[in-house]
Amino acid sequence: MSRQRRAPGTGSFCLTLLRRQLILAARRPIEIGNPLLFFAMVVALFPLGLGPAPDKLADFAPGILWIIALLSSLLTSDTVFRSDFEDGSLEQLLLAPQPLYMSVLAYIAAHWLITGLLLALVSPLFALMIKLPEQAIGVLVGGLLLGTAVLSLVGGIGAALTVGLKRGGMLISLLILPFYMPVLIFGSAAVQNAIAGYPAAPYLAILGAMLCLAIALAPLAIAAGLRISVDA
Amino acid sequence: MPTESAGAALLSAAGLSLERGGRELFRDLSFAVQPGQLVQIEGPNGAGKTSLLRILAGLSRYGFGGSVQRHAPQLYLGHHAAVKALLTPRENLAWHVAGECAHSDLEIESALERVGLYGYEDVPSMTLSAGQHRRVNLARLYLSSSPLWLLDEPFTAIDKSGVAELEQLLVSHVEGGGAIVMTSHQPLQVAYRVEYLSLRAGLAA
Repeated sequence: MSRQRRAPGTGSFCLTLLRRQLILAARRPIEIGNPLLFFAMVVALFPLGLGPAPDKLADFAPGILWIIALLSSLLTSDTVFRSDFEDGSLEQLLLAPQPLYMSVLAYIAAHWLITGLLLALVSPLFALMIKLPEQAIGVLVGGLLLGTAVLSLVGGIGAALTVGLKRGGMLISLLILPFYMPVLIFGSAAVQNAIAGYPAAPYLAILGAMLCLAIALAPLAIAAGLRISVDA
Repeated sequence: MPTESAGAALLSAAGLSLERGGRELFRDLSFAVQPGQLVQIEGPNGAGKTSLLRILAGLSRYGFGGSVQRHAPQLYLGHHAAVKALLTPRENLAWHVAGECAHSDLEIESALERVGLYGYEDVPSMTLSAGQHRRVNLARLYLSSSPLWLLDEPFTAIDKSGVAELEQLLVSHVEGGGAIVMTSHQPLQVAYRVEYLSLRAGLAA
């Protein structure tokens, strides 16, 4: 046809998607705020359950903070593709001429920016609430920045597989929690080492390696999961 | 119709067969869609029209027999409007996930005007009715540069004058060298040759 024009390149299409997802999230700020409020609420529960002795809390602090970060990431991962699936946008995304691998990466990046990044940035506040020693806070933030990105990518796989189900919430937890464990192990170990005065860098490096692996492989699984969910 | 060489086909399907729930919907369906063809898929509810369109578009990849080859960029409009309630009609079109060519503001405005949404460009889509959501989706047809259109019930929830305009658009698209495969329960009122694809018998004029 005479008026045929070229589709936008992958890069600019992904930037458009990223912007679209971020604006959609900004128009519904409660969805951004909820994971942070959840984090705050659960942190506040621990002194009630374990007793308010500061030194006892400080012992558990690395594990507590990481588990809550993991759960709040889990809570939001279900929503990554759901509304797009329901209104038909997902079909259109699958038919787009640009590679789905990169589009999916843009969706996950948007999800990480509004959950993981914010969570990592506010985590020092919560860390002080349960008396995490100050020298470990930098490692906590760094670990969360790397770790939550892995969680977003892995959570995306679960979201893609369960997006066609009416109630995928519980199933998604069962599917992806096992894959969250390595992140939890190395993330909290990094913080514990920092408290004890040992170098935390090896643990952060392992988290970084996990992130590289997840960036390379998770989009493949997410893309396949989305195709299966839309096909069914 | 004059038989064109198969190389010019925008879409060709060979030996398509589909079974759903133990019922055979169609079998050994082979056809090619050439530029300038306006094809309407015929059949009652449940005959497999939507399933066929989804196979042709590439959304269904498994569970059917035969093969489909697409030789040109396509535009697929399904049952869902793919309109985000939190975005305005203008944003919906400008940032559409289908990844077609980028559109200027002016093009989007004129497309929205042509589907009767003049003045609604910048209101949140959640304040629009279901029919208006469909119209936002139809505005993509005015913006599209894809030669091949696969339209699933494009007239649903569209009023009479809207249907007439849409028919005009369909004709101008096929006259311009595009091709359309569509489903609709209403007969098309167009001064153009409509070919009917029967799920039982294949393509016939």
